[in-house]
Amino acid sequence: MKTRKLFFSGMAVVLPMTLAVVLVLHPIRAKSEAAASPMEVRVDNFTFGPDTLTVPVNSTVTWVNKDDVPHTIASSDRVFKSKALDTDDKYSYTFAKVGTYAYYCSIHPKMVGKIVVQ
Amino acid sequence: MRKTKLSDPNTNGFIEHDHHKDGIDRRGFLKCMAWAGTGALCVIEGGVLTSRALAFDMGSKTKSHKMGELSFVQISDSHMGFNKPANPDVIATLQAAVDKINALPEQPEFILHTGDISHLSKPSEFDMVDQILKATNKEIFFVPGEHDVLNDDGAMFRERYAKKSRGQGWYSFDKNGAHFIGLVNVMNLKAGGLGTLGSEQLQWMKNDLKHLKHSKPIVVFAHIPLWTVYPQWGWGTDDSAQALSYLKKFGSVTVLNGHIHQTMQKVEGNITFHTAFSTAFPQPAPGQAEGPGPMKVPAEQLRKILGITDVNYVQGRHALAVVDSSLV
Repeated sequence: MKTRKLFFSGMAVVLPMTLAVVLVLHPIRAKSEAAASPMEVRVDNFTFGPDTLTVPVNSTVTWVNKDDVPHTIASSDRVFKSKALDTDDKYSYTFAKVGTYAYYCSIHPKMVGKIVVQ
Repeated sequence: MRKTKLSDPNTNGFIEHDHHKDGIDRRGFLKCMAWAGTGALCVIEGGVLTSRALAFDMGSKTKSHKMGELSFVQISDSHMGFNKPANPDVIATLQAAVDKINALPEQPEFILHTGDISHLSKPSEFDMVDQILKATNKEIFFVPGEHDVLNDDGAMFRERYAKKSRGQGWYSFDKNGAHFIGLVNVMNLKAGGLGTLGSEQLQWMKNDLKHLKHSKPIVVFAHIPLWTVYPQWGWGTDDSAQALSYLKKFGSVTVLNGHIHQTMQKVEGNITFHTAFSTAFPQPAPGQAEGPGPMKVPAEQLRKILGITDVNYVQGRHALAVVDSSLV
């Protein structure tokens, strides 16, 4: 919800521009915002950063492994599970339902994180 | 005898000099372990440690095994496929470990590999390790590390290294009067937890030990330490206390682990716990870095903190000698 509000306030700034330009920009802006870094979790030094990430429903979250050892992204409730991610490998999951998703690395279970979908 | 519990908050589970008046000279013990890499022999006899120079034992190169004597080598954490700065050539260091084994004055009868054979569970990585270890010309017993069971719950590991095992890969065997138990504690790990043995394996272990004489020396080997080394980094096994309770009745128990890529030892009553060097890369001492990842050291130091573990047992003497040797 927050994101949408921000988006509309952004639109207010954009409105003075011609309607045609706005119509063209709209889908591009929306797409680039969805792929921006707030939807990314860095796996680094045996931790998830941030360990709790709050996102709007239908967001796609991407994890990237920056460690020298493999990690996995495994939902505690078995909703999703990645293969072992080697250094710089990525894994993405789209959260279509509101809720809190606890996850961990099934190789190093001390590593835990949470995605809160609103 | 040592009274401290495995999870003693005063010690964090480390070996350290303390004042428990338990009859073990812990400072002397550590001193001895510090020597181990350069060739001291540590003998634990009835909980009392003695040490002597390794050279003392190296007099005869043609020494053959007498009845009831047992000699084997533990290697660990080969991480074949790893190629990051902490060691860009894990092939060369594993080969150096094999050379070290082949040069031992008293040739071990067999080898235990305590897991993380591969870095990413790839067939090509297992193939490479098999090829290098072939040069030892010895029987090798494996238990899996978490890096060996990625993506397939260990199916490939069991197919290659533990065909006759039970459950997820556990098994036991006898050698020269000693009983060996290989355990699997790297699977079905729970969020927030440590290594896990699981109820099925524990039940099997209990039955496996049931009919053994208390005088039989027991060697248990598994990847993740079966004592709580440093839980913050996952260096321990959640249900190890249950497994250890089955071992209380035996006079001589040795627990050999890997996973933490550094040597560490602890004596707890009748049980001696030991972790081995990696042949691939070192990891920081507990709590001495932000995380437990591969530790980069100057190139000339690397082989000083990788190595092998030589274990000797002489029946009737109730003694077991564990010697760590670095690659250089």
